[in-house]
Amino acid sequence: MVGPVLAALGADLRGAVRDLVPIAVVVSIFQFLVVRTPLPDAGNVLLGAVFVVFGLAFFVRGLQMGLFPIGEVMALGLARRGSLPWLIFFAFALGFTTTIAEPALIAIAGEAAKVAADGGAIEATAAATDGYALGLRITVALSVGVALVIGVVRIIKGWPVHWIIVGGYVVVIVLSPFAPSDILGIAFDSGGVTTSTITVPLSTALGVGLASSIRGRNPLTDGFGLIALASLVPIVFVMVYGVIR
Amino acid sequence: MTILELIRTTATDTLVALIPIAAIFGFVQFVALRRPIPQLRSTLVGFGFVVVGITLFLVGLQLALFPLGKSMAEQLVGLATPGSGPGTGGVAGGVDGGVSGGMAGAVAADVEVWRYWPVLAFGLAVGFASALAEPALMAVALKASEVSSGGINPLYLRIAVAIGAGTGISLGCFRIITGTPIVPYIAVGYSIIAVQALRAPREIVALAFDTGGVTTSTVTVPLVAALGLGLATHVPGRDPLVDGFGVIAFAVMFPMLTVMAYAQLGQRRARRATRHTPVVSSGQEA
Repeated sequence: MVGPVLAALGADLRGAVRDLVPIAVVVSIFQFLVVRTPLPDAGNVLLGAVFVVFGLAFFVRGLQMGLFPIGEVMALGLARRGSLPWLIFFAFALGFTTTIAEPALIAIAGEAAKVAADGGAIEATAAATDGYALGLRITVALSVGVALVIGVVRIIKGWPVHWIIVGGYVVVIVLSPFAPSDILGIAFDSGGVTTSTITVPLSTALGVGLASSIRGRNPLTDGFGLIALASLVPIVFVMVYGVIR
Repeated sequence: MTILELIRTTATDTLVALIPIAAIFGFVQFVALRRPIPQLRSTLVGFGFVVVGITLFLVGLQLALFPLGKSMAEQLVGLATPGSGPGTGGVAGGVDGGVSGGMAGAVAADVEVWRYWPVLAFGLAVGFASALAEPALMAVALKASEVSSGGINPLYLRIAVAIGAGTGISLGCFRIITGTPIVPYIAVGYSIIAVQALRAPREIVALAFDTGGVTTSTVTVPLVAALGLGLATHVPGRDPLVDGFGVIAFAVMFPMLTVMAYAQLGQRRARRATRHTPVVSSGQEA
């Protein structure tokens, strides 16, 4: 088993490098042509880039070997069994657990807590910032769970996706004047943060599996759209978190 | 904090964050599906890889992507406001900064946005380049072209998304520089998207909504977030707490807009083509 895994890991390393290259190129161009001074702290940035590349490679390989196969089998299995309570439970659990582990969200929540502490919105103690960051992550994770439940019910009932999305954004815009200004930016950003590496493939598998096992559903139009919901509902939830915190 | 300490605390946090997934998967597998986990060994190895991967990645973020985003913001803002920062980048942009810069310039309300063109250009370039090279997007584009039986050109679709991501990030930077509230931008943007969604072909609508999420990959999100926070820290009169976030939201919103615009363009062209074909074929018959 070791040989193929190493080969796959090598391919993932190349993929991770390819992910970073465009950013490296753009930063270098601006650094040399526009700023025209050497990049500050370049040594740490290079070391960090190596960490990022290896981290991404291991992460992606680990997802392919561990989480995705069982996740997909489970999504398909539950979709075929067609038991609504189990499907709803699974959709919620999938959304919540994958989001709480989402690396981009961990990073952004930590950063948001730091900014909130610096700006005096919360106490500048380790306990307060950790609590704020965790609260934010749990809020977003709950909201993605709810989003996937709505998405699954939508697929089963065959409600059209764009009305839900449009309605959702109307709710967002109506709510936004009531949310404190220091949470608005984070709320809108959290929508984009949730939909990265772990959540997207697993929820797509659930949606496509569900849509292809119900007669009269088109996997393309019905299967997708879960992700759109997963980036909409967190905005609402984080705004509410900002109000009641 | 030394790098080793950072690795240790990050690893513990990662492990804790992954426990819920393991618990839920085990529960569903044994209780709902009543089956043993297939290929247990490779699953466990994969789980270990995920822990190692997230840990290294988060440490790398702290060392590279966050400081990079912040120092690019600091340096490019330094170009725009020569008076405020003589030593453009001697200090690492990460930890310090902030408080003094944010408060000092609170009076300087009139911002000459055009001075900040390097920031806007940087946002455009980063968004465009990283979206164009995003592997997840390539996969989605190929799938979309298959499903549309060739009606959607995968390269054009990727360019449409990349233009959207670049414009989005650039406009997000513009919003931070000017310190304008975020809601009007979002309201106008999604109103346009709503109108497009009602007119564009149905299968494209779902695709467009999803591309918004796809472009904000694990690498670009932290970089762009740090760029925004750095801008809000160094542009005079901006407060990171109020102005610093929101760039990612724009990077999600704009690709939806450009993808549907591309689809509508294609639809119009296709309609015109079908209108013309009978004429051509009858001409050939004659």
